[in-house]
Amino acid sequence: MFYREAGDFKTSYREDSQTFPIKFDRLRYYAVLAVAFGVIPLFINDYWANAVFVPFLIYSIAAIGLNILVGFAGQVSLGTGGFMAVGAYAVYKLMTAFPEVSVFFHVLIAGGITAGVGVLFGLPSLRIKGFYLAVATLAAQFFLVWLFNKVPWFYNYSASGQINAPDRTIFGVFVTGAQTSATAKYMFCLVMLTIVAVIARNLTRGTVGRKWMAIRDMDIAAEIIGVNPLTTKITAFAVSSFFIGIAGALFFAVYLGAAEVGEAFGIQKSFLILFMVIIGGLGSIFGSFAGAAFLVLLPVLLKNVLVGTLGWPTDLAAHIELMIVGGLIVVFLIAEPHGLAQLWRLAKEKLRLWPFPH
Amino acid sequence: MNDMSDGYITADGRQIGGVLMELKNITLKFGGVTAISDISFDIRQGEIRAIIGPNGAGKSSMLNVISGFYIPTEGEVWFKGYKRGPMRPYQVAQLGIARTFQNIALFDGMSVLDNIMTGRLTLMKSGLLSQAMWWGSASKEEDEHREKVEKIIDFLEIQPIRKTPVGRLPYGLKKRVELARALAAEPKILLLDEPMAGMNVEEKEDMCRFILDVNDEFGTTIVLIEHDMGVVMDLSDRVVVMDYGRKIGDGPPDEVRNNQDVIDAYLGVAHD
Repeated sequence: MFYREAGDFKTSYREDSQTFPIKFDRLRYYAVLAVAFGVIPLFINDYWANAVFVPFLIYSIAAIGLNILVGFAGQVSLGTGGFMAVGAYAVYKLMTAFPEVSVFFHVLIAGGITAGVGVLFGLPSLRIKGFYLAVATLAAQFFLVWLFNKVPWFYNYSASGQINAPDRTIFGVFVTGAQTSATAKYMFCLVMLTIVAVIARNLTRGTVGRKWMAIRDMDIAAEIIGVNPLTTKITAFAVSSFFIGIAGALFFAVYLGAAEVGEAFGIQKSFLILFMVIIGGLGSIFGSFAGAAFLVLLPVLLKNVLVGTLGWPTDLAAHIELMIVGGLIVVFLIAEPHGLAQLWRLAKEKLRLWPFPH
Repeated sequence: MNDMSDGYITADGRQIGGVLMELKNITLKFGGVTAISDISFDIRQGEIRAIIGPNGAGKSSMLNVISGFYIPTEGEVWFKGYKRGPMRPYQVAQLGIARTFQNIALFDGMSVLDNIMTGRLTLMKSGLLSQAMWWGSASKEEDEHREKVEKIIDFLEIQPIRKTPVGRLPYGLKKRVELARALAAEPKILLLDEPMAGMNVEEKEDMCRFILDVNDEFGTTIVLIEHDMGVVMDLSDRVVVMDYGRKIGDGPPDEVRNNQDVIDAYLGVAHD
């Protein structure tokens, strides 16, 4: 009824290739941006920021990063947690070593450092594929966690072995440390997510994205067409790790405030983000958001329903919650292997004709 | 020294130029198996060159040598008067050699448009950073190349399926999209590996027309492998005949048709 592309004619290639070719989509996108930047910051409180929005925003960044590697370039990775740890420890070292530089740049540089590490661990992808590559990246996961545990230089020789985010400001507003307001945390992560999402979208719709997808769909044909497999796979690892590094830096500095590497960036984190990407939809930027939302919001929702509404004991609710989330993942994968993004596409196709499908 | 100046006039009156590519004494071995033994022939500017032969004769291997997918065990490939060193396939693509595959090798997850745009990779120059920002050169370049791609889409009459994911297309159209992707690279030499395999008569006629049009309109040199003798004899200017990895005939279709070795090995029966 309201979802129409009839009469929406394109008169230039640029118009035709824009991100939201349908006017309704475009308007909705602007509306979401306006709400995210203009409305939510006014009403957000500590509970909503810490339980829902900040983790959602940060996991979205990580999911976009991993989706570029797995969904677009077709290289399986189980090292996400390790790469997030690189981002976290890089931003920690930068924040403590150069306190006068803005934390905004620290986060970006931490992403850059992670990109370098990602490239290093991505090199085996030239020789090995699929499950074997997954095992190689798993090695990265364990090695990196071990490294940050064993070498005291990384955590500035602190007695606890933990890293603690010092207080830092952007434009005079605290964004890390104990004095940070919910709004500041939210806005900082939102700005980062917006930057990451726009870059990811631009890269995936252009030549670089086509090279990635060509390697994913048929690497031999891609090479014969003129895709250099070395540079293409390495760029995918670099860009993906850059985003994941940013996510790790924010996760530590803004969200947790203090972190211990094995606990915060262990193998569970790698799987969690891989699940987000798979449930959301491989090879879709929207899917990264959807997957992150699903896995962040669902536990919160279940907890509220089970403990808040039904009045179950907390420990029982926590276990039931795990089982329900696990069950839903299986149901989703059977019902729609291409993830939430595919469901969304199907819904849109139906809505194009609704209510007159014939 | 290769002679780039001489040429010949075809039966239908087209001027064929000098030697574009020359294969000299190519031998290709896989362990103890000799796929190609000591084959030499040349490909001239603007001609349609066919390679025929029974199954397992080494035709596809020959194409793979030309496209750089296999490095010949012995022998030399000369392109535009220069000897081609050992190269990776993507480097060969950058020289202007494009190909299609016997079993369609399209990128199933991408739309027809994206597949064809991928074919223009070697011609697109904008860097990672400018693409990340989508400012200036990257988006301008995208538009320019889109225009060229639209011409090819127009030429091959696949406008309605532009945005369709390739995985959903029927076989005949996939073959056409693959031709479009190869054409998008504006190749000097276009290699077609059984472009008409598995097609019905109508689709074959369409494909023949496209091949002739490509040759006529863009002046592209075409090397094709095909089993349909009628098609080969009609389309090609010169034919190489292979059998068991050896070359047993080379020349215009009429000459090959009457070559006793070829008749024995491949065509089986004498015509008229």
